[in-house]
Amino acid sequence: MLTLTEEQGMLQEAARGFLSESAPVSQLRALRDARDELGYSRDLWRAMAELGWTGILIPEEHGGLDFGHMGAGLVCQEMGRTLAASPYISTAIMAATAIRRGGGPGQQARWLPAIAAGEAVIAVAVDEARKHDPAGTALRAQASCNGFRLDGHKTFVADAVGADAIIVAARTGGEPGEAEGLSLFVVDARAQGLDIERTLMVDSRNAARLTLDGVQVDEADALGPVGGAFELLETVLGAGRAGLAAEMSGIAQESFARTLGYLRERTQFGRPIGSFQALQHRAAHLYCEIEVAKSAVLAGGQALDRDPTGAGFLVSLAKAKAGEVARLAVAEAVQMHGGIGMTDAVDIGLFMKRARVAGEWLGDASFHAGRIARLRCF
Amino acid sequence: MSELDAFRHEVRLWLDAHCPAPMRELTRGEEDIVWGGRRWAFRSEAERVWLERMAERGFTVPTWPKAYGGAGLSRDEERVLREEMARIGARSPLESFGIWMLGPALLKFGNEAQKREHLPRIARGEIRWCQGYSEPNAGSDLASLQTRAEDRGDHWVVNGQKVWTSYADQADWIFCLVRTDPAAPKHRGISFVLFDMATPGVSTRPIRLISGKSPFCETFFDDVRVPKENLVGELNRGWDIAKYLLTHEREMIGGGAGGLLGTRPIGEVVAELAGSDGEGISDPLLRADVMRAEIDTLAFALTMDRLRDEAAGGQGIGARSAMLKYYGTELNKRRTELMLRAAGSDGLEWEGERSGGGRLARDWLRAKGNSIEGGTSEVMLGIIAKAILELPGA
Repeated sequence: MLTLTEEQGMLQEAARGFLSESAPVSQLRALRDARDELGYSRDLWRAMAELGWTGILIPEEHGGLDFGHMGAGLVCQEMGRTLAASPYISTAIMAATAIRRGGGPGQQARWLPAIAAGEAVIAVAVDEARKHDPAGTALRAQASCNGFRLDGHKTFVADAVGADAIIVAARTGGEPGEAEGLSLFVVDARAQGLDIERTLMVDSRNAARLTLDGVQVDEADALGPVGGAFELLETVLGAGRAGLAAEMSGIAQESFARTLGYLRERTQFGRPIGSFQALQHRAAHLYCEIEVAKSAVLAGGQALDRDPTGAGFLVSLAKAKAGEVARLAVAEAVQMHGGIGMTDAVDIGLFMKRARVAGEWLGDASFHAGRIARLRCF
Repeated sequence: MSELDAFRHEVRLWLDAHCPAPMRELTRGEEDIVWGGRRWAFRSEAERVWLERMAERGFTVPTWPKAYGGAGLSRDEERVLREEMARIGARSPLESFGIWMLGPALLKFGNEAQKREHLPRIARGEIRWCQGYSEPNAGSDLASLQTRAEDRGDHWVVNGQKVWTSYADQADWIFCLVRTDPAAPKHRGISFVLFDMATPGVSTRPIRLISGKSPFCETFFDDVRVPKENLVGELNRGWDIAKYLLTHEREMIGGGAGGLLGTRPIGEVVAELAGSDGEGISDPLLRADVMRAEIDTLAFALTMDRLRDEAAGGQGIGARSAMLKYYGTELNKRRTELMLRAAGSDGLEWEGERSGGGRLARDWLRAKGNSIEGGTSEVMLGIIAKAILELPGA
């Protein structure tokens, strides 16, 4: 059934209520204007932990709710509506999935309860070039002492600033472009040789470039099989992509709702501009696209809950479609708001900025369309 | 075993025993559809037997009540039946406007005598129906229709002309919108009547389309006598039925496109047409357009599933049928464009066996009508803007 369960519906209601109260768009604006070091509010993160959201993908024995990816996606969707900034996707979704599915008992005991409690923030560092390409990982991990020595760089690492640890994709074998030879390591954020440079992005959130110069990790810091972690990485990325797709669906829905409000309110030529057919048809088309994207997002989330490792096709569909539709929704929002949509005082531009970053992160529509085409053999 | 599992088991056994082997072969398209009707000539004994057996079980109209020729199935049971038919590749035994459109309207608006007279004949494929809606001067503005039905005491006399009447030349009966009160505001003077196409004064003329085919007709009424009891619902309230049916039709056209699109991935079809021998699609622009179409098609198919699931939960589809109609038909146009592009000059052959009688080109041309018939894309967008988005009127 492509519908929400009763519990999922209740979570969505609760998330909408809480975030519109505690993390409205004005919060993001204030963080941006203050040039906040983290780009998110620690109070908000703590409150999200108290609600159990940070443990949404963590088993109950580690203090989580184990509520599933669909539930995590609903939180993301509602965060998209209010542009709530938090390390939710990096930590509660991706890092939690990586450690849950690839960590040993010691790693799980160390990190999962801390993530659930909102006490640990963990970023995931994959990309090294301007476009997403996990198999293209070149950062070297060479055997040294009891573990590995990491050398290389990472870019577009969300929530690395202020993180306690960073999960780094590294190459213990093979060549860039190959799935074989990839490994994942949990690196302490204060490790010697690790430099974290904040990059102020268009969405004003927390992102960084990393340089690793002889960073030493133990064998016990590896997640999943050393040299064979590509499948685990894909599962982690899939979880993150589904979350981003849901967030973009929320962004599209909210910017559309605001645009509809403006179309009803704004008067020109003596009548509401929403009465003009040129705008009505564009709005109606956008409505259809948003509905179609919602279905893809729902199917992607459900597929992950059925099989976290085998959902790549539907997750790519969700990310590609939601990305294209969010892009359309914010572009139409600015255009239909007219001059006022170009001003910083109105929130619409903030939606456009975040949609762009969420669209790029973990693969843009081209990346995911390409995956779908390959899986469909054309 | 749950009741539904038991039903599945029973249906599976029954289908296995009763579906003739030729009826499990892939349909080639239009030429394998069984429409039924007085003049229907079965193309094979298997076709005839399959229809007879399915009709006997009520499976040609599975959700209709048993009293009217159906099987009285719930939505879940109907889904099981569909799944079990798909499992063995069973063809649909019967398609018709009676099943898709008139039946649901009669079930909702018809009186007991009308239901008993017409529904079982639809279910058994004995009477083929056509739809008298559009007129030369009433297309998108359907409610301005002018075909008159005058009250002559014990009967009506109908005069006027319909157009775009699908298969009117092969239909036995027509369900028709007529003006019964010319003085009333346009939506308030329309009635919904049924009559036999064999009645004196009814004539049809096929319209040749750009595809070279003639699925539609002009239909003329010249002093056609229609019994009073053939009025469905209340006098002058036919627009309510018309609207109900249009919603239904839109869902069907949009959904039909979705079903068709879902059968084989567009990328696979295009690669095959391009003759790329498993090498994928080499033309980069074509490949990019196919990728977009593939994504939209998959997401649209999921949307139809979602709306169906929501409808099963009691939130009807309502005005969202306009969305299905708009999106589904625009997608089908894209699909046929891409197929023709891939096929190059081969696809432009208009006759001959090699091109299946110009199938690609004819399908491409025919698809242009998808976003016109049953309400244009622009009318659909207008409905969405007003009924769903509640944008102000002009």
